[in-house]
Amino acid sequence: MDELFYREYILEHYRSPHNYGHLENPDISVEDDNPLCGDRIRVDLKVEDGRIADVRFEGKGCAISQASASMLTDVVKGMTLHDTLRLGKDEIMENLGADTLAAARIKCATLGLKVLKAAALRALERAAETEGQRP
Amino acid sequence: MIAGTPHYATDDKAERVRADFPILATRTSKGKPLVYLDSAATSQKPRTVIDAISHYYEDYNANIHRGVYEIAERATDAYEGARKRAAAFFNAASTEEIIFTRNATESINLVCYTWGFEQLHSGDGILLTRLEHHSNIVPWQLLAAKTGAELRFLELDEQGRVILDDLEEKLQGTKLVAITQVSNTLGTIVPLERIVPAAHAAGATVLVDGAQAAPHMRVDVRTLDVDFYAVSGHKMLAPTGIGILYGKRALLETMPPFLAGGDMIRRVAYDHATYNELPWKFEAGTSNIAGAIGLGAALEYLEGLDMTWVREHEVALTAYALERLDQVPHLHLYGPKRADERGGVAAFTMGDAHPHDLASILDAEGVCIRAGHHCTMPLHELLGLTATARASFYVYSTFADVDALIEALEKAARIFKL
Repeated sequence: MDELFYREYILEHYRSPHNYGHLENPDISVEDDNPLCGDRIRVDLKVEDGRIADVRFEGKGCAISQASASMLTDVVKGMTLHDTLRLGKDEIMENLGADTLAAARIKCATLGLKVLKAAALRALERAAETEGQRP
Repeated sequence: MIAGTPHYATDDKAERVRADFPILATRTSKGKPLVYLDSAATSQKPRTVIDAISHYYEDYNANIHRGVYEIAERATDAYEGARKRAAAFFNAASTEEIIFTRNATESINLVCYTWGFEQLHSGDGILLTRLEHHSNIVPWQLLAAKTGAELRFLELDEQGRVILDDLEEKLQGTKLVAITQVSNTLGTIVPLERIVPAAHAAGATVLVDGAQAAPHMRVDVRTLDVDFYAVSGHKMLAPTGIGILYGKRALLETMPPFLAGGDMIRRVAYDHATYNELPWKFEAGTSNIAGAIGLGAALEYLEGLDMTWVREHEVALTAYALERLDQVPHLHLYGPKRADERGGVAAFTMGDAHPHDLASILDAEGVCIRAGHHCTMPLHELLGLTATARASFYVYSTFADVDALIEALEKAARIFKL
């Protein structure tokens, strides 16, 4: 990785993250960490008609993990839960504007996505349960 | 640089030492010279060690302690020769007190599962320091959970030095003192000369984790009077997968075997077995023969350098690093302020630049440092941190390496607009 990777906008997202904090009465809240480096991220979701109506995240960690999570929240607002589950490493790298990243740092970059997908999956499972309970 | 100091004397030799390490002449994929500052994680290997390993595999590869043919005898001689060298290097009373293990972690576990599970009972104290590496905490946690023994800790002062004021008090009811000699995170040198006699007077047995000390200073197990001493070969120029447990013969003799299998037995019947003599009682299965031979070559190389010089150079280099790091804006250093009170590691944070980001930026400059908790999560928590960046030195590290570190950190500070 070269220093260009730490572009201005990445540091902006790190120091002034978008959609930061928590939602009141979120439909879903999921937290996970990367014990190797201590990065931690929690994601709150509001879900309406299978779409992410609102999202907040909170976390601690390196610039890559936090900026990546911040950018991701901008991307997924309004997105369907199914589309959210289709997001992968490529989209994260595109957000960050990076071609390559050391293998150890990819885990940092994708921590937010991992938590968000876990939240989306839980929302879909919950929707399926509700569906199943209908007479 | 600090002109007119004796620092250059040790540095000149370090510059010459570098030529013995093939990897130090390589460049990164970006064409940067390799500035290796992660020797506390693992050391680089000199040509003589690499050659000793190749030589074994190319010229006399055979299993030890069994073959009657020539190369088997040569292999046995080389393996046992490495043990003799280790016994001399650490001034053990005999080769029976030197057991080859995989690493310091296995050495500690060996003591835990043999001596520990036999000797420690409900309510017995196990005294550690707050500095310990996970490898000298987790085995004792497992033992405590099974036996009801309890963990106690010697606290640290604001510079990360071990507080000894309440040592006698904490030794009451303590059966085992298990402590590091040098902290892999703060660099703190633990005053064994004060702790070991007090521990023995209180009737406790002493195990020392020497993973970060043995590579860097003269260790005389008989002068230190430690009961057990754990060493990792790969941190002292040897390959990975070879370590040492030193144990006082009287203790080792009373201990049951650790792993069971070939080589550790004298006679085996279908329903019972008798065990081999020391040290082989604790070396089940085919050992890491090449590793032990490599370790022997590493110890020979260190003897050639002279461990007094090794420590002198480390103190000089650490003093220089502490002075330069202290001048970097927003940089916060952890651990003792005096270089002679610490080993050659410097853990630090810099503003709100996360250690992992620092390590990535430094990597682009060819500077290899460690970022994370360095297997001391509880210590980081105690310091209110989740991670630190850590630079660590060894015999081939130079003042120029420190300069490269500072330059790369200044670049990181510019990128992060600190």
